[in-house]
Amino acid sequence: MPPAGIVVASDAANPWISWDYVTSHTDELLAAGREHVLLTVSSVLLALLVAFPLAVLVRRYRVLMGPVLTTSGVLYTIPSLALISLLWPVFGLSPLTVVLALALYALLVVLRNTVVGLDGVDPAVIDAARGMGMDRRGILWRVEVPLALPTIIAGIRIATVSTVGMVTIGALVGYGGFGGLILSGFQQNFWHAQIFTATLACVLLAMILEVALHWVQLRSAPWARGRTS
Amino acid sequence: MSVWAWLTDPANWSGPNGVPTRTWEQVLMSLIAMAIALVVALPIALVLGHLRTGVLLATNISNVGRAVPTLGVLIILASIPSIGVGNTAAILALAVFAIPPLMTNTFAGMASVDRDVLDAGEGMGMSPAQRLARVEIPLATPLIVAGIRTATVQVVATASLAALVGGGGLGRYVVDGFALQDTTLIVAGALLTALLAVLAEGALALFERAATPAGLRSRQAQSHASIADAVG
Repeated sequence: MPPAGIVVASDAANPWISWDYVTSHTDELLAAGREHVLLTVSSVLLALLVAFPLAVLVRRYRVLMGPVLTTSGVLYTIPSLALISLLWPVFGLSPLTVVLALALYALLVVLRNTVVGLDGVDPAVIDAARGMGMDRRGILWRVEVPLALPTIIAGIRIATVSTVGMVTIGALVGYGGFGGLILSGFQQNFWHAQIFTATLACVLLAMILEVALHWVQLRSAPWARGRTS
Repeated sequence: MSVWAWLTDPANWSGPNGVPTRTWEQVLMSLIAMAIALVVALPIALVLGHLRTGVLLATNISNVGRAVPTLGVLIILASIPSIGVGNTAAILALAVFAIPPLMTNTFAGMASVDRDVLDAGEGMGMSPAQRLARVEIPLATPLIVAGIRTATVQVVATASLAALVGGGGLGRYVVDGFALQDTTLIVAGALLTALLAVLAEGALALFERAATPAGLRSRQAQSHASIADAVG
């Protein structure tokens, strides 16, 4: 609990940085962290599960490209507060509400990068694959996807980092990972240590995932390693 | 009450908690935040982009900006005693998050100007100041304006969070709705918030078109900020 009887008192009584807070609330922080990671990973995975087939579809039927990108663009424009609130009457105070809203956001970035990545494959390589007798499915999975992987993973990386930040808004429906601690710290008399620690933890998580996915992105293009590009 | 009934009830369209007032609050917060962000970001990014230094700063600032949770910054600002709860905390948080897209786009715009074109300007006898004002900045305009568009749309959308720290705006309906367990209020507020964001996006797209020098408009489609933003 925050220091009792203090509303907005001096920073000495209500410090922003407090190791005491971290050691005495380790369990709470870990639980919030677990929830945060789970919400982030499920949202991005769901976005990928929708975006990938959609990308393949709009590349095959180019007329669909405009409408699909426009729709995901409009979804991307809607504030997270509004999107979560619109899904809330249907899915209630559940993690699903948050995951669906965040997946709809991540969709645009993942979809666009997947399309750009697949489109970026050298037509000569595809010709060669066709010449070797590969069918459309073989070309997609054994030529196009491997070559587009760095761009696809870049999209996943960007989407993941933004999702980490947006998960906090889920606190509105009770599933916001570190956002829950940020909001409850605010409601409990401006409890600086909790607000600051949870925000910092959120930034740290985003940075760890950024670095990890960047590593994966570089590993996914072994042919480009050692090249300066 | 149904959402439609709420939206068409004249009582909800007047007074300090009426839709016009709440909409204006959100627009005003966004405008002030954008003004602050432009004053801070544009000069720095124009100079860095002109000198073509600080690439690392310009690219990293947007990555860091993405990693920092808006809710955290908003609540930290509102918990600082000298700022306190309300619209001021929200405006400052919005400005902070508008700076990265403005910086990166302006920097990229300036740095993307072809050196040969600048050389041609020099060859025509232009002074360095003339080259900056008549060649470099006009050529960088599409990306700068795209950055303003991205930042503004983001600011208008995020301004709905002001209500979480006791501020106004359309988010007020949503936050009050959750407090009162009033589904109608939540959904009506969410619809209005979403509508304002989509309208802002449309208006800013028109602004982007109008603000781009005519000779550069065909390039505009390729250099749209959000496309440049992904594919990283």
